[in-house]
Amino acid sequence: MPSTPMSGDVLSEARATNAAAPILSVRDLSVRFKLPQGAVTAVDRVSFDLHRGEVVGIVGESGSGKSQILLSLMGLLASNGSATGSARFENTEILGRTAKELDGIRGSAMSMIFQDPMTSLNPYMRVSDQLTEVLMVHQGKSQREALGIAIDLLDRVRIPEARRRIGLYPHEFSGGMRQRVMIAMALLCRPSLLFADEPTTALDVTVQAQILELLGELARDLDAAVAIVTHDLGVIARLCDRVIVLYGGRIMEQGTLDEIFYDPRHPYTKGLLASTPRLDERTHGELLTIPGQPRAAMGDLPGCPFSPRCALRTAPCDSAMPPLVADAGGRRLACHNSPLEDRRP
Amino acid sequence: MFQYVVRRTLGSIPTLFVLAAITFFMMRVAPGDPFSGNRRLTPEVLANLRRAFNLDLPLWEQFWRYIWGVLHFDFGPSIKNRDYSVSELIGIGFPTSLEVGMWAMLVAAIIGIALGIAGALRRNTSVDYSVGAIAMVGLAIPIFVIGPVAQSYFGLHLRWLPISGWGDSWTYRILPVLTLALPNIAYISRLMRGSMIEIMRTNYVRTARAKGLGERRTILRHALKGALLPVVAYLGPATAITITGSIVVEQIFSIPGIGRYFVDAAINRDYPLVMGVTLFYGSIVIFANLLTDIVRGLLDPKVSYE
Repeated sequence: MPSTPMSGDVLSEARATNAAAPILSVRDLSVRFKLPQGAVTAVDRVSFDLHRGEVVGIVGESGSGKSQILLSLMGLLASNGSATGSARFENTEILGRTAKELDGIRGSAMSMIFQDPMTSLNPYMRVSDQLTEVLMVHQGKSQREALGIAIDLLDRVRIPEARRRIGLYPHEFSGGMRQRVMIAMALLCRPSLLFADEPTTALDVTVQAQILELLGELARDLDAAVAIVTHDLGVIARLCDRVIVLYGGRIMEQGTLDEIFYDPRHPYTKGLLASTPRLDERTHGELLTIPGQPRAAMGDLPGCPFSPRCALRTAPCDSAMPPLVADAGGRRLACHNSPLEDRRP
Repeated sequence: MFQYVVRRTLGSIPTLFVLAAITFFMMRVAPGDPFSGNRRLTPEVLANLRRAFNLDLPLWEQFWRYIWGVLHFDFGPSIKNRDYSVSELIGIGFPTSLEVGMWAMLVAAIIGIALGIAGALRRNTSVDYSVGAIAMVGLAIPIFVIGPVAQSYFGLHLRWLPISGWGDSWTYRILPVLTLALPNIAYISRLMRGSMIEIMRTNYVRTARAKGLGERRTILRHALKGALLPVVAYLGPATAITITGSIVVEQIFSIPGIGRYFVDAAINRDYPLVMGVTLFYGSIVIFANLLTDIVRGLLDPKVSYE
């Protein structure tokens, strides 16, 4: 979908480098799951764009639907889940495609790094086979060529002695090394779109920083668009250009890294930032929290999903979901009580 | 690997010794002896018979003599089957039981695994339900019903296959092999279906999908190995049971295997034959378990032979 200034849901980018058309354009993406108790909406009409060379963070707490956004785009939803809306990748619709149709781009033009490197690599296959098969399937490379490329890439993700270690099994690697293998696996075919689902959550804090740095560096080299899903604001701060704040399956706020971190508008974003411990601010006593629990039946109730926990809550909050409005700079906000200054008519 | 096999083989000796001791003394605790069921024998004849088979010696001495014999691969003479040693009886019957059993397990493994995969991949469809129905039949109907029904239909009614007996023609093998295979097909297909469903839900299968490898490659290269592990663990002991002869199937189809010795020897209190058959069976089970562990090691790199 080309961006025109007239459209109400335009995500025009302030950054000059992103003046080009987005590589991924998601519109009104909803993900629903059929459960024995009834249908549950995990993602509710989410729209966003991704451009080459940018890293977008999708932040939210457990159950906010952030992982399901990525899984639905990859065609990896659980069998009881379904996605509606539109997602155009390089001007091709990818939503609602069969696995077979998606296999042409999955793992090559568009790839994904998963959360848990302990279980996401096949324990019964050598790392070499798990890497080379991607190149053999997608690019028709011979085993030998593929092995050469895979070893080079393991070198790039700084696995020492890559030539020897590529013949090992996943359990012979440490957690951080396995995540490096995972990253190499996703980058084999030089994708233009990279998804990362909590890529450092399962890792030691000391390893997290190295992995994030590596991820950022490799994405820059590829000039790929990266969407990284996390609940960790530290990850966002380290890596992302833009941030999407998700709550209850809906976008609450979206802006550049500086806008979100230094000028948060949505009460949820503010709460999220306030409850993050910081080394540079001595908080006395307890760590701040957002009171209450995320509501269970996400998106199925009227009103703002955050309203039961919101300090600014007023009457309309419980009856009508605030619209997601955007300003000229592409910043977006969905709140009845804390509007953007530069509001569109 | 070689060291592992040697170590496991040596380790099985105490197991077999304990097996021999328990069987030996339990058998002797039971009332009666090999000659108690027969027509009345005079005390003199009885005493002579008992002396001939060393049954008059103290129990401990008999036991050590037996163990000494076993160490020299002498399992003694059969008391009931005159002129045959225990080794000869096993040597005559085992090849037949082995042949039927191996074919049955091969058929059961191939069909069971295939049905299990089909059921798991077409979950909750007519395919899955049909596989489930086959499994229920195989598990619920005992082989002493399946055997005769198969005989009367394929043998008597259709006249496709010989009803029973054992000849050189492969046609004699079909009915007993299938009868013996059916319960195993049932069990293996259930086992395979369950583990396949579990594996298809793992993160690493999701990774394989995300790599765009295609369903076929995802299943064959990524899911199958892990899903086979529980089946392999079952196949080892099950094969041991099957190749040592099924008394029921061998009776129904008049197959000259060793299955019948298990029961005959116990009923007749043919002490050396009971001991011989038990130790033979024990060794086969131990061997099958060793083989299972080796195959598991080949499938699962986390299993080491250390």
